[in-house]
Formats: sequence, structure tokens, C-alpha cells
Amino acid sequence: MEKPLKLIIEALLFTSSKPLSPQEIHRSLPESPLSDIKAALTGLQEEYDAMQRSFCLKEVAEGYQIRTKSGYAPYVLRMLKRSPARLSRAALETLAIIAYKQPIIRQEIERFRGVDVGGILRTLLEKDLIRIMGRKPLPGRPLIYGTTKSFLEVFDLKDLESLPKLKEMKDFGPDGEGSVNIPEENTQLEMFGEKENRPVPARQETPFSGNGEGPEA
Amino acid sequence: MEYEVRLEIFEGPLDLLLHLIHKNEVDIFDIPITTITDQYLAYLDMMKALNINVAGDFLVMASTLIHIKSKMLLPGLNDGDEEDPRDEITRPLLEYMRLKEMAGELSEREILGKDVFIRQDVSWHQAEIDAEGARIDVNLFQLIDAFRRIMDQNQPGAELTFKHQQWSVKEKSQVIIGILKEKREILFEEIFSENRTVSEFIVTFLALLELVHIGLVKLFQSSHSNDIRLVADFDEKEDTDNTISMNL
Repeated sequence: MEKPLKLIIEALLFTSSKPLSPQEIHRSLPESPLSDIKAALTGLQEEYDAMQRSFCLKEVAEGYQIRTKSGYAPYVLRMLKRSPARLSRAALETLAIIAYKQPIIRQEIERFRGVDVGGILRTLLEKDLIRIMGRKPLPGRPLIYGTTKSFLEVFDLKDLESLPKLKEMKDFGPDGEGSVNIPEENTQLEMFGEKENRPVPARQETPFSGNGEGPEA
Repeated sequence: MEYEVRLEIFEGPLDLLLHLIHKNEVDIFDIPITTITDQYLAYLDMMKALNINVAGDFLVMASTLIHIKSKMLLPGLNDGDEEDPRDEITRPLLEYMRLKEMAGELSEREILGKDVFIRQDVSWHQAEIDAEGARIDVNLFQLIDAFRRIMDQNQPGAELTFKHQQWSVKEKSQVIIGILKEKREILFEEIFSENRTVSEFIVTFLALLELVHIGLVKLFQSSHSNDIRLVADFDEKEDTDNTISMNL
């Protein structure tokens, strides 16, 4: 007997370790129109939310993925016997420049940070958070850097357009009240929606991890 | 004299400068250049006294600050129309502050593997489906890593070489395609099994890169092991020789 589309899609999402886009789902279910698939995905999302489970259906990296909600990290990590991998502040800053300013060459990144970033770029490449997009037709043909799909996955981003918007320069007050440091209090809560139970990020080191399947896992 | 030594590690000159501006609670658009320059230089002195290597970047900023300070002392330059000499550091500082904000935004996200999690790969029956199933594309770094491993493992030994043999990328491409025509899918290591010399290893590797580039071969890595697989990306009837000679 034919199963309901919504449940078939649920089975696909449950099995997949990568985010699935409606197009990819459509390729597996060619007889169902794309619009039905999209509607089913939204339906599932709402259902999970209404059920108030520990997981939800998140739109990340141009696809849909079943993930735990935040707040369960201590328990999951204990089960996995793993501590979250960490990204140094320097690496995070470098990654941030690339994310917001891509495509960008190394020289421009160094101008922002005021220090050499060669080693950090290598680390980020190895972690598959950034990629080389090509070379710029300038003397020395410098490499152009951009972020990867797994960057979107790791940082819970639907696509590059959904990177949090930055405040205007003029908002920075003289006394640092414009909060230029990584905020110690979650002053920008309203920008992100739900963030309950979120630990305050450490100032020096910012935890980060791949999805645990990377070469370093 | 009393010293309060509180060592803070600054990433670079901008980091230190920003710290001084915050510490003095001054307006970034109206930096008291004398105070900041003095404190900046005092910090460099302290680093030197503690035998910390002062990176060149810090010294460049020191000379910039002194230069700005001297410009500010010149009469007639602060009449309004002229550009404020301090812009030279205000602008990069503002950009740096912005960058810190960007980094802050990123670290605030619900980070995969730290805040939120996805289902783990099912590893116990992965081995069976591996040949067919879960495959991920290989990126250049994984490929170079694999090549380095092969080079390490198969260091050509004390074999005597009497004849200098020349390999062309084209010949090696044809060898790889030949194997793939028979088997359709082979392990990365296999294409090197006949290789004897370092130059032969390298030519084989270059040939593989070319074949991927012109689209005759696809590379995959199964999600849990290190094995990289070469898969034929042409059908039986395709004139691969022609494609190779047209492209290489």
C-alpha cells in the first residue's frame, strides 16, 4: 500500500546524514511534485514543533536536517564520549572575515586582522570550513577563499544570505557599549529567535565542531 | 615604582590598540594619540623586558602611531579642512571592531557538534553497503594526503636504475583508463602499484588530476574510512583515447 508522502520524506530525512534539499528528495520521489514535497517538509517542521520533542527539522545548508534542539549537548556529548572540538579565537575571526567578505584573498584578510593568517587558513581548509574558489588576476595570482557547504551546516545557516546582519559602524559607542567584543551577555537575543539554555560563549576560545565525521574525528 | 604585571596576550597590534582604547574609555573617533602612543610603547617595552618576541607588526604600528603623533603636533593641520591624521588608525580599528562583531555573531550560533547534534553514521553495517552506498566527494586536500601516504609507504628502495625512463602524463592517463575500463572502480592505491620511481609516482598522480579535470574519472571517499576510490565516469563505448589526446 502506498505510504503517505509526509512519512516517506520523514523516513528519508531520518536516514540521511546530510541535509536533504527538496530537489534531492524529488529525485528519489519523481512521481511527487516539488510543491507537494515542500509542503510536506513544512508540515513536518510544524508537527515536530507542536510535539515539543528534543529534536526539530532545521533548514540548513540549503536542505532540511533533523537535529537535536540546543540544551541537550551535555548528555549527548557524554554518550559520544567526546568533547566539542574548539576553534581558536584567531581561527574564528579569520573564518568570520571570509564568511562575510567572500570571495576574498589572503592579503585582504591580513589587512583586517593585522597579522599573518597562513597557518589558520590551512587549518580551516583541513576542517573543510573554507575552500579555494580560484585565483585572482593580480600579480602573484593570489588564491581566492570562500566558505564551504559544511560551514553552513556547522554554523546552522540556511544559506549565505542568512548570515546575521551586522550593525552599522556608527552604532559603536565610545565606551564600547556597541559591544564590539564577543558579547558577555546575550545582548542580541532578538536577532536569532529561540536561544534558551545557550551557554555564554567563552571569550578566548569558541567551541566548534564538524559533524563528527571529518578526518579528525 | 611599583609594577603591576598583568600579562594579556594580544594577537596583533590592532588587538592591543583596541584594548588600550577600551581601558582608557576614550572615543574611537577622537583618540588621545599621545596617551595611547605612550601606553602602546610602554607595552612593547614590557614585552621586550619579559623577553617576549615582539613581532614586526607591532613595530610597524608603533612607528605609525609616532608618525601620527608628530603630524598632530604640527601647527595648522588641525584647522578642520585637513584630513585627521588619526584616520590612519581609526579606519582599520573600526574594521577590526566590526570583524570582532562578525566573529561574535558566528560563535553565538547553534553550532553543530557543540550545541546541536545530528544522528551518527551507522557504522556496524556500513561495511556491507560501502561498496555501493554512502560515498562522499573527495577534496583536493584529502587527495594530497592520500598521495603523501603512498609516497611514504612506497619509498622506492635501493633498486638499481640503469635506464632513465620518461613518463608522460598522457601515457599514464591511458594506463589508468585501461584499468578502469576493465574494473570500473578501483582503489586510489592500485594505480600506483606498478610504479617504481618518485617521478613515476608524481606523473601518475598528475595524470589522475588531469583525468578528473577532463571528467573521465570521479573520486569518492566512503564516509568512515580513508580509502579513496576511483570510479570510471565514461561508458564502455566512449572513445576515451580521443578525449585524452584532445585534452592532454
